Amino acid sequence: MTNTLTMDKPDVRNRLDAMAQGIIGAPLDRPEGPLKVVGTATYASEWQLPDMAYGVFARATVPAGKVASIDREAVLAMPGVLAIHDDPRMLVNPAQGGAGKKPLQDIREIHYFGQTVALVVAETFEQATAAAKALKVEYAAPDDASVFDPESSAATVEHGPDTQRVQTGDLDKAMADAAFSVDVTYTTAGHASAAMEPHASIASWQGDQLTLRGSLQMLNYNVAELADSLAVGQSQVRILSPYVGGGFGSKLGVGEDSVAAAIASRELGRPVRVDMSRQQVFETVMRRSETRQRLRLAARADGVLTGIGHECLVSNLPGEQYAEPVTQATEFLYGGENRMLSVDVARIVRLCAGSVRAPGEAVGMQALESAMDELAEKVGIDPVELRKRNIPAIDPSQGTPYSSNTLAKCLDAGAARFGWDQRQTQTCATREGEWWIGMGVASAARVHKLVEASARVTLASDGTVKVETDMTDIGTGTYAVLGQIAGEMLGTPIEKVSVCLGDSALPAGPGSGGSWGAASSGSAVFLACEQIRQALAKKFQGDEEALSLKDGIARLGEASAMVVDLVAGKPIVGEGTIKPGETSKATRQASYGAFFAEVAVNAYTGETRVRRMTGAFGIGRVLNEKTATSQCYGGMTWSIGSALTEELAFDLRDGHLVNHDLAEYHVPVNLDVPALEVVFVEERDPHASPIQAKGVGELGICGGAGAIANAIYNACGVRVRDFPMTLDKIIGGLPD
Amino acid sequence: MKAFTYARAGSTADAVAADAMKIAGGTNLLDLMKLEVEVPRRLVDINRLPLAAIEPAGGGLRIGAVVRNSDLAADIRVRRDYAVLSKALLAGASGQLRNKATTGGNLCQRTRCGYFTDTAMPCNKREPGSGCQAIGGFNRIHAILGASDACIATYPGDMAVAMSALDAVVEIEGTAGSRSVAVRDFHRLPGNTPERDNVLEADDLITAVTLPAPVPGRHAYRKVRDRSSYAFALVSIAAVVEMDAGRIASASLAFGGLAHKPWHDPAIAEILIGKAPSKALFDKAADVLLAGAQGQGANDFKIPLARRTLHAVLAELTGETA
Ligand SMILES: Cc1cc2nc3c(=O)[nH]c(=O)nc-3n(C[C@H](O)[C@H](O)[C@H](O)COP(=O)(O)OP(=O)(O)OC[C@H]3O[C@@H](n4cnc5c(N)ncnc54)[C@H](O)[C@@H]3O)c2cc1C
Ligand code: SF4
Repeated sequence: MTNTLTMDKPDVRNRLDAMAQGIIGAPLDRPEGPLKVVGTATYASEWQLPDMAYGVFARATVPAGKVASIDREAVLAMPGVLAIHDDPRMLVNPAQGGAGKKPLQDIREIHYFGQTVALVVAETFEQATAAAKALKVEYAAPDDASVFDPESSAATVEHGPDTQRVQTGDLDKAMADAAFSVDVTYTTAGHASAAMEPHASIASWQGDQLTLRGSLQMLNYNVAELADSLAVGQSQVRILSPYVGGGFGSKLGVGEDSVAAAIASRELGRPVRVDMSRQQVFETVMRRSETRQRLRLAARADGVLTGIGHECLVSNLPGEQYAEPVTQATEFLYGGENRMLSVDVARIVRLCAGSVRAPGEAVGMQALESAMDELAEKVGIDPVELRKRNIPAIDPSQGTPYSSNTLAKCLDAGAARFGWDQRQTQTCATREGEWWIGMGVASAARVHKLVEASARVTLASDGTVKVETDMTDIGTGTYAVLGQIAGEMLGTPIEKVSVCLGDSALPAGPGSGGSWGAASSGSAVFLACEQIRQALAKKFQGDEEALSLKDGIARLGEASAMVVDLVAGKPIVGEGTIKPGETSKATRQASYGAFFAEVAVNAYTGETRVRRMTGAFGIGRVLNEKTATSQCYGGMTWSIGSALTEELAFDLRDGHLVNHDLAEYHVPVNLDVPALEVVFVEERDPHASPIQAKGVGELGICGGAGAIANAIYNACGVRVRDFPMTLDKIIGGLPD
Repeated sequence: MKAFTYARAGSTADAVAADAMKIAGGTNLLDLMKLEVEVPRRLVDINRLPLAAIEPAGGGLRIGAVVRNSDLAADIRVRRDYAVLSKALLAGASGQLRNKATTGGNLCQRTRCGYFTDTAMPCNKREPGSGCQAIGGFNRIHAILGASDACIATYPGDMAVAMSALDAVVEIEGTAGSRSVAVRDFHRLPGNTPERDNVLEADDLITAVTLPAPVPGRHAYRKVRDRSSYAFALVSIAAVVEMDAGRIASASLAFGGLAHKPWHDPAIAEILIGKAPSKALFDKAADVLLAGAQGQGANDFKIPLARRTLHAVLAELTGETA
């Protein structure tokens, strides 16, 4: 029987701290790291199946309308070409994260420029590529004119989800009565996930059973999405995704490649591999919406907020449910009884908007934290102090207590490590040669979510331990931390623990997304191990809580034995399932942090260089100091991208993405990223999970760009309210 | 990518007579072939031709066409006597790319205009007569000088900007024999024939670039771009300036990122030479540079940016920051 825990009450037992192995939290290497470095970790497109054919998509070269005709004969006559598919089940865009059902289908209808319109299958990848490019498609024009610009007055604007609306008190009055107020509008550009590994799928059928090798983040949901798209039973679908070369949201839902590969393979009776080019990934996989954010802050003379407004405009295709949840952290981060939060959606014709790296907070926090800096200046107090004065006792929107809130500690710890006391209050106060130097701070916050997850752990007769779940590791360290939890719980040295992931035949995990992976799947592993511990304790006729396991030796009271002797040739299998429960309703759960940045702005050219950046984070229990730190490095790097370089450039005449490759879509490169410093504010959050861990992956992005914006202002007196803060937005305001 | 034949040239004459597109490092050509922006039926590989030497010639240096960018940037003579060239090379692309990229290929690299590289878009450079979709579109990286109604693309490279400042000469082998063309005249303005980036004819092979004898002065290559590295120039300036008794004795400047070719205007140096450096003087030089400047919307900022960058470079080289 599965050991199931529904998180209805806090788990204050802190079991992991009572364990003896001493590897939890340790900065252990990722076990799959060497495989990735030497190239033996097999990514989706790298499997060599016998008799494989290759599929490549042709792309729509109009933004709207219908496919009127496809000149099949000419392309079918090309060397090696086997088939051309435009099956009505093929996907217009990927499923949204966690959808668990099919997304929009039928590619014969054009919804945006660059959409796939057909899959061409050939004997070789090169033949398929040439043939897909040669495919002539005629289109019938749409009935109505399309709108490509979210700011156009012709765009239909709808209210976003009600769950994102907060309206309490009277914000207008609070603004009028405020001793100090800020009423500013910020904009942020659209972003691409920009994962290194392009999307690819290999489908093969054995009778009615489909095996799909893909690059996907949430297998449990992906099986449902793929089965629903193909109109087959879920039991007919198995997905393998043991290694994923980065996801950042772009591989949450099943995409065009998976469904097309399955259809083509079925028809051909051979395995079919579908690769997307870099440009196709940019053009057809989710974008993060650009945002317009009006921020209103009303404060008393001492800086304490009386009101907070965060009203946003984002965009998506007509009919798509997803709206970038920009105000997600504004709901609970700062006090103020008069609140007005909303997200509206402009319906426009561009590729689908969906989850990209910390949806919501990534762009919402940078605007909020810039506005807070503007307020601090008006009030005339230190921006760190302003933030600390506004940390509420309870969640101001829901009225619930915080499960834990480390914001003040993070601000203090970060300020001390960074040397915040060196900051000049005046702008333009420090000049080194051609460069203006400045410092800025911002808070970090990201909602924590526990997601249902299961895992199986086997203690084998030789004393080795195997962890199994369909959870994925998208480069984050899942292999490492799940092994550590099992090793800690079962007193097994890490070399004797193996972790199997990324196979949908294994117990269903939560998937990698929304930073819930480690806490959720880690809890399932914890519960499975608890069951094994109970079985071992039984052999002593004792209590599990009194059992000590270390290096393969079990002790309970005076008695002790080798674990292998207790197992006695019969492997012990533990199964664990964690489910979210009352604690997520009774408490506001989030991880917090603080960013400190020092920048240099060139007095001539307006180029900004981040010189150093410190992040202090409270993420509950740190499961592996190295992988957690690396997650924060990654997040902070993305925050530099969001601050300075990243921008999807759309042509407003047809909605097509102009910079659809990594040469022109600028992610930060090594030289853009200075020495980053990460400080953890250790805590145990008993409401968050039975392992007291919370989310970490995305937190490092959520607000970092605000610290950089504030540092730019502190350096040169230019307040940029349009991200990314490229030099053209700075030069006009530089002092002579 | 379309199917093509491939042959390796045994001699420069082979390469000229091959009736084929030359491939050197392939770092630009292969990308464009994958996109089907370039669709050569035949490729001739010139990498093994004996054109990989850097030798003294006429008081200067003769750089073979297949000398790698990394090797050229690291050459001690180049670093000592032509620092602007070494700096420009190192400001370009990435270490891996520079290891493959060649002198000839770098000169011939094509524009990064996002409409040129997308075969679904009208583009006069790729498909003469189809129109220029960059006009009225996303043209952040496009030209503010010397553009035409037919094309507003920029030449994206760095190396050639330094070579223009140094007044280097391109040596070309063609069906009608060999000839020399100044780097300053090698690239063209788009006019009504933007499909032609430069003066090369289809069969022409660049065999070398020669640098004249070194001139005295301080060298700078300033590249302003959208991230710290691995991005093309929004504005770049190659400059060699010599000071004598508080006055500018000689100056040579060329500009990248502004036009369809490295921009060289002798009138800019004329304004500077013989004068004591000052902000007012630098402004006058910028006035000359930007007299005909025309923004396209998304690139309007390049006009003040070019002025500001010129100030930065001249302040650095003359020591005049007041
Ligand atoms: C991501 C990326 C970033 C880059 N960043 C920069 C940058 O910041 N600055 C910069 O300056 N460049 C940059 N580049 C461009 C790079 O410098 C060029 O791709 C390279 O210099 C081309 O040289 P190659 O030898 O590889 O040329 P190839 O790709 O082999 O050839 C390019 C063209 O030149 C022709 N050709 C080559 N040799 C000869 C010859 N001897 N005679 C006649 N024709 C010839 C070819 O036929 C072809 O048309 C970047 C490139 C990439 C991919
Ligand atoms: S600017 Fe030149 S290269 Fe770009 S689309 Fe216009 S014609 Fe083509």
